[in-house]
Amino acid sequence: MVEHRPWLTFLTHAVLIGGCLIIAFPIYITFVASTHSLDEITSTFPLWPGGHLIENYTRALSVGPRDLGATVGTMMLNSLIMALGITFGKIFISLLAAFAIVYFNFRFRMFFFWMIFITLMLPVEVRILPTYKVAADLKLLDTYSGLIFPLIASATATFLFRQFFMTIPDELCEAHRIDGGGPIRFFFDILLPMSRTSIAALFVILFIYGWNQYLWPLLITNDERYYTLLIGIKRMLDVGEGVAEWNIIMASSMLAMIPPVLVVIFMQKQFVKGMTETEK
Amino acid sequence: MAYVSLKNIYKSFGKTEVIHGISCDIKDGEFIVILGPSGCGKSTVLRMIAGLEAITSGEIAIDGKVVNRLEPADRDIAMVFQNYALYPHMTVYKNMAYGLRIRRMPKAEIDERVRNAAKILELTEFLDRKPRQLSGGQRQRVAMGRCIVREPKVFLFDEPLSNLDAKLRVQMRLEIRNLHEDLKITSIYVTHDQVEAMTLGDRLIVMHDGYAAQVGTPLDIYEYPATQFVAGFIGSPAMNFLNARLDPSGESVEIPGNVKLPLANSSLPEHAGKEVILGIRPEHFEPAHDGAATLDLTVDHVELLGADTLVYGHFAEDKTLSTLRLSDVQHLDKNTKLHLTVPPQKIHLFDRETGHRIGK
Repeated sequence: MVEHRPWLTFLTHAVLIGGCLIIAFPIYITFVASTHSLDEITSTFPLWPGGHLIENYTRALSVGPRDLGATVGTMMLNSLIMALGITFGKIFISLLAAFAIVYFNFRFRMFFFWMIFITLMLPVEVRILPTYKVAADLKLLDTYSGLIFPLIASATATFLFRQFFMTIPDELCEAHRIDGGGPIRFFFDILLPMSRTSIAALFVILFIYGWNQYLWPLLITNDERYYTLLIGIKRMLDVGEGVAEWNIIMASSMLAMIPPVLVVIFMQKQFVKGMTETEK
Repeated sequence: MAYVSLKNIYKSFGKTEVIHGISCDIKDGEFIVILGPSGCGKSTVLRMIAGLEAITSGEIAIDGKVVNRLEPADRDIAMVFQNYALYPHMTVYKNMAYGLRIRRMPKAEIDERVRNAAKILELTEFLDRKPRQLSGGQRQRVAMGRCIVREPKVFLFDEPLSNLDAKLRVQMRLEIRNLHEDLKITSIYVTHDQVEAMTLGDRLIVMHDGYAAQVGTPLDIYEYPATQFVAGFIGSPAMNFLNARLDPSGESVEIPGNVKLPLANSSLPEHAGKEVILGIRPEHFEPAHDGAATLDLTVDHVELLGADTLVYGHFAEDKTLSTLRLSDVQHLDKNTKLHLTVPPQKIHLFDRETGHRIGK
């Protein structure tokens, strides 16, 4: 690492490149499959991209595969609405919860904090049945609200913001009180701008989390109009006796990868900043 | 501009009482310094005046108006914090303007006040910077600017200079003094640094364990400390204390080794024969002349400071280490015996049980 030995540099690069290739290979295969016609893939699997790229992708986006009532375009939009809803909802609720826990002195404050903290141990799957019952009773099946709200509560984000707020010196809050600001003002004028980088980092994580939700949307949607892309892809495989349209499925998979990748690329700088430094 | 009065202020945290009744009347435009070692409750008193801490009992009034139940913002005070507490995401300008914006002052007036304050504090060129791009001294000035623009009745300072390096501290001390002379706003300043206290304060409140041990002008406190604690706390190096006894006539004080020191002020017959603590400041020893009662100091070690020399040693019988300050550089060997005397008016006596001062 410190020494400059050419063969060592070569070796490290070789290992890194090898690793990248191994990880990238399935994605490459997906891409290749999405550029051929169905016949071409089902006979002998090609290793080089074919000529049906535009055809496959336009078909996926505008028509969708056979037997599925929704186009990939609709499903992407649904996924996007859900992912953004979950992301903004989670950030907003967590900020408020952390604000209450850190800055307000009320009875059973620690009790509530630990209650929130304990839910960290319960993943969505554990509480999925009661949640489903509640959502069904509230008539949230096949609605965007049903897709978003049950996933909004977030112990992790609350905890993260709590830790961040605790590093903000008390004097800042006191100075603000002397300046004449109330708690709401403190939240919007001081805390929110100061948490900007943490919010950006969480946005990346939570968007990917929201985008990749599978089990919950699967349970709560029956109407194709509310299918998210991940469910759509799964449904495309359920063709019974017929042959799955692998080229369209692969094109859909490629499309499913794009938004998270974009989010990461565009927010990379903020993300790293949020993880490594705090503005103080 | 306002006077502040504290009447029997008490503060308890849970069952522990930390402030045991402080009273003080602060005059209009006065600069009061609350001085004490860490943990004596001085910051708590300031925070009660600011309204950041509830008052357990007693009364705080600003300009005759009791403010016990008022929010900090409604007390018309401004406070400078030890760590500056600037809003990190706002520029210097916005930091100073923020309090005024909340109070819905017209934009033009805010601008005028901020620029005016920036001019006084020489911050004009930094108005567009963020606090983290400033040095410690500049941040401190921004914190003061934030107070000045408000034009409050009372300034509160909570150890504002303790995060600065020694040189900057001296400079900022002067700036604060000048600022106060220009603006004449009643100020209350908390510090543990006696030099800051002596140089800044019109009057000091010396606090000890939640009590106000003494209130008075800096020189008053230096010359007539009310308790042994105050005597030991004010002055550097600290005052020397020796066990002693007033002689039966009450006209002189005797320390072990049969040395009698005459007292200046008329005798203290009511304390005759009493066991006392004798206090002498290191700078008040003088070389003995013939015939005067002498104290013999055996030198243990010497510190040469350039401007003066500190001599550490002990008196014959008493093994307690005593300090003596001599001006200029003096070369003294270990175990040298120095014959010293003390002018009678520089002798301090304290009751050995209560620690209170005896006599004038």
